[in-house]
Amino acid sequence: MGRSYLGEFEELVLLTVAVLEGTAYGVTIAAELKQRMNNRLISLSGVHIALYRLEEKGFVVSELGGATSERGGRRKRFFRITALGKRTLAEMRQVRNELWDAIPNPSFS
Amino acid sequence: MAHHPPKWLDSLVKGFLPPELYEELLGDLHEQFAFQAEELGVQKARWMYFFEVLRFCRPYFLKRRFHAQSKYSTSYTYSPAMIRNYFKIAFRNLLKYKGYSFINIFGLATGMAVAMLIGLWVWDELSYNKSFKNYDHIAQVMQRGVFNGDFGAGAHMPLPLGNELRTMYAADFKHVVMSSWTYEHILAYGDKKFTKQGNYLSPNAPDMLSLNMLKGTRAGLKDPSSILLSESVAKALFGDEEPVGKLMKIDNKLNVKVTGVYEDLPYNSNFKDMTFIAPWDLYVSSESWVKRAQDNVEWNNNSWEMLVQLSPTADFDAVTQKIKGIKMKHVPEVVSFKNEVFLHPMSKWHLYTGWDKTGKPEGRIQYVWLFGIIGGFVLLLACINFMNLSTARSEKRAKEVGIRKAVGSVRSQLISQFFSESLLVVACAFVISLLLVILLLPIFNEVADKQLSLLWTNPIFWLMGVSFSILTGLIAGSYPSLYLSSFQPVKVLKGTFRAGRFAAVPRKVLVVIQFTVSVTLIIGTTIVLRQIQHAKNRPIGYDRNGLITVTMNTPELYQNYNALRDALLKSGGAVEMSTSSTPATNLNSQNGGFDWEGKDPNFKDSFGTIAVTHDFGKTVGWQFVQGRDFSRKFSTDSSGIVLNETAVRYMGLKNPVGKIMKWNGKPFQIVGVVKDMVMGSPFEPVYQTVFMMDYNWAGIINIKLDPALSATESLKRIEAVFQKFNPASPFDYKFSDQEYERKFATETRIGQLAGIFAALAIFISCLGLFGLASFVAEQRTKEIGIRKVLGATVPNLWGLLSKDFVVLVIISCLISTPIAWYSLNGWLHKYEYRTEISWWIFVVTAILAVGIALLTVSFQAIKAALMNPVKSLKSE
Repeated sequence: MGRSYLGEFEELVLLTVAVLEGTAYGVTIAAELKQRMNNRLISLSGVHIALYRLEEKGFVVSELGGATSERGGRRKRFFRITALGKRTLAEMRQVRNELWDAIPNPSFS
Repeated sequence: MAHHPPKWLDSLVKGFLPPELYEELLGDLHEQFAFQAEELGVQKARWMYFFEVLRFCRPYFLKRRFHAQSKYSTSYTYSPAMIRNYFKIAFRNLLKYKGYSFINIFGLATGMAVAMLIGLWVWDELSYNKSFKNYDHIAQVMQRGVFNGDFGAGAHMPLPLGNELRTMYAADFKHVVMSSWTYEHILAYGDKKFTKQGNYLSPNAPDMLSLNMLKGTRAGLKDPSSILLSESVAKALFGDEEPVGKLMKIDNKLNVKVTGVYEDLPYNSNFKDMTFIAPWDLYVSSESWVKRAQDNVEWNNNSWEMLVQLSPTADFDAVTQKIKGIKMKHVPEVVSFKNEVFLHPMSKWHLYTGWDKTGKPEGRIQYVWLFGIIGGFVLLLACINFMNLSTARSEKRAKEVGIRKAVGSVRSQLISQFFSESLLVVACAFVISLLLVILLLPIFNEVADKQLSLLWTNPIFWLMGVSFSILTGLIAGSYPSLYLSSFQPVKVLKGTFRAGRFAAVPRKVLVVIQFTVSVTLIIGTTIVLRQIQHAKNRPIGYDRNGLITVTMNTPELYQNYNALRDALLKSGGAVEMSTSSTPATNLNSQNGGFDWEGKDPNFKDSFGTIAVTHDFGKTVGWQFVQGRDFSRKFSTDSSGIVLNETAVRYMGLKNPVGKIMKWNGKPFQIVGVVKDMVMGSPFEPVYQTVFMMDYNWAGIINIKLDPALSATESLKRIEAVFQKFNPASPFDYKFSDQEYERKFATETRIGQLAGIFAALAIFISCLGLFGLASFVAEQRTKEIGIRKVLGATVPNLWGLLSKDFVVLVIISCLISTPIAWYSLNGWLHKYEYRTEISWWIFVVTAILAVGIALLTVSFQAIKAALMNPVKSLKSE
């Protein structure tokens, strides 16, 4: 049985959740991605949909907390990566590494 | 921190997002806005916020929004188990409160049955003549004009017009059919003879009317001595014999051969009475006056009916424009009447039968509207009952609602529960109403003179019936379902729930509406009936008791006036006999061309003209106010004339007797003036009429039966005389008093129908009132108990419980009085001879309505007042 499919954007979001460990919620994830991807257009809604899909697939878990006044007193939903998420990222990385290693002349440019 | 993102964008987002995500997502959005506002300026942040919000409008969130409930709760609206449960509870409720259920279902069923009957009636009226294939292209040729300022129209047309239309306007007309009018004729085959209604028509008539030939062909009428019979007449004449090819006689003078049998024409068509068709040419050749009109091209003899079928491309208005001047071209005198020939389409034959004085069409369409409105109102009354009783009982269901909500029902479930309950009741009512209609239809047909039947096979009927039931169910169920489902479970279950002070207001308004409609209908019926009675009581100026008329239908009757008279008198059955051109109950001949001393030369005169014999006066018993009756003693009376009082006033004569008046140049001496005789419509003023002596211009034999003998005995003796003098004809006679009664047929029918509907309306209203009263009495059981303990008497309590309802009914009476007065005043103004709307009708109706309401309420009130307080206070 193959595991759930992980799209490119989902993978990036999942990685960001892992990076931000403990402070990952919609706004921070979007800001982090924007900063790292040279201001590629990152929409909040896209990030959220990716997060909810990841949660449905079991790669992240979430909890509510941390209301601030900028948010009009609304709580945030914090996301944490699960063991399954970590393992999946690791597997993907390994597949990629193996593929890179298999390239006969790795220094193209 | 003073900057906030626009509120309307937030509410837009709210519409899209699943509720459980709303908090976190909007929080993130706001946080980002705050960040961007600092970084990039408020204006730019707003724009970015706007686009960000737009990006949230995605299918993902919408999908989650709709599936949200299935994830977090299992209650959804249309689960079969719940629907089954709703019906179960509904049934239990119906059975638990049998009285209410009966009132609810039966009241609604009555209302629906009435609406259905009226619907069928309206359907029938609207589908009149539609059975003819060429319905859209057939028209009657008529002429209209303005006479002394009043609009008038008629269907009597000159004979040469037929040929003119056929030749000069051939492109516009497919068929032009001349008609002699449907009239009574004697059909004889062997020794069987019957008086049947039939018509002489041009040979293309069967094609135009798309007759369904059972035997023979439509072309059969082309033979100038042929006859087409309807199925029923063929059966009566020939029994099981083959009719086609048989020789038979019309009016004992015309020998014709049966060339075809057609299916009886439908009852709801203008040709329902036409039971046979003979060729027009036969009519022309057998009647010398018609032949003369044809040979001399008499354009000013308007005596025949003319039907046309337009060619498929022509339309009525355009053709009317073309032909309207024909009559004026040929008869220049009619220009002063602004005479126009026009087409009256078949679709208007039945519903628009006449025109008022200003030329506005009128006719049965008014009754179609009237009954349509009444039907709607009766149904409304039934729906109101249903709503009233449901809301009144709502408090009983409050606990149920509370518990359902506590164990997890959402509001939409409760709404659908109450809707399903009301739909169940409506479905029961629909079935019962169908049964009621089946039961009542024969009686209704009798009263309304219709042949209606349920349109079992008509999809429109079912569509209307079912969609109508669903609509009723939804309307009737809307208030209880929306109201009941809004209860707060905490309040209801704690027992602190109280319907507000104004909860009963809509109920009271509905009761007032109900009684307003009922009272208006009662007043209306009363006045219609009084109008009929008023016209019936009108002095008619002659004695119609024991007066019969016999049509002179064969040549034999015209030759032996004196012999016939002697024989009739000698037989003992008759005390007097005379002939006249028309019966006393039907003035059907009007003529101009009279001249008298002092007449304004520009005045266009018109008189009813009747030819009579010496004995006419004694036969009908007219009464003289001046002068004397015709007498054999004065030979000059052969050019004598008798006027009625209206004619004297019309002519403006002071001392009419002895004066001379001329008709087309011929002088007549006025011998007497009679009291006005009501010969036309009893609702209209008597027409100015002259009676002339003419033994040859006769159409009717008037006979006064011997009052000393029974009518059957007299008739038997008279019949024997007629068998001798007129052996070729069956002895058919008409009683004048019955003929007179028939003038009231339309009004009587409307009176009866309105009476029935008014009775049903008040019945339905009372059912509702009964239910409400019993509910109120039940609700106040404890109060009544305590009042009794403290010394209230039964009349006290009765007054307490009845007062509220009586006030409502009195308010209804006050509202309905001006409505009824206004509409009936309009109705009565159609009649020249009309009754007054007296105030006492309103008072009596009001007393009646209050009385009925009081009776209804009192039953419950007294029952409650008589209850033992020990019992009512002991419970709980």
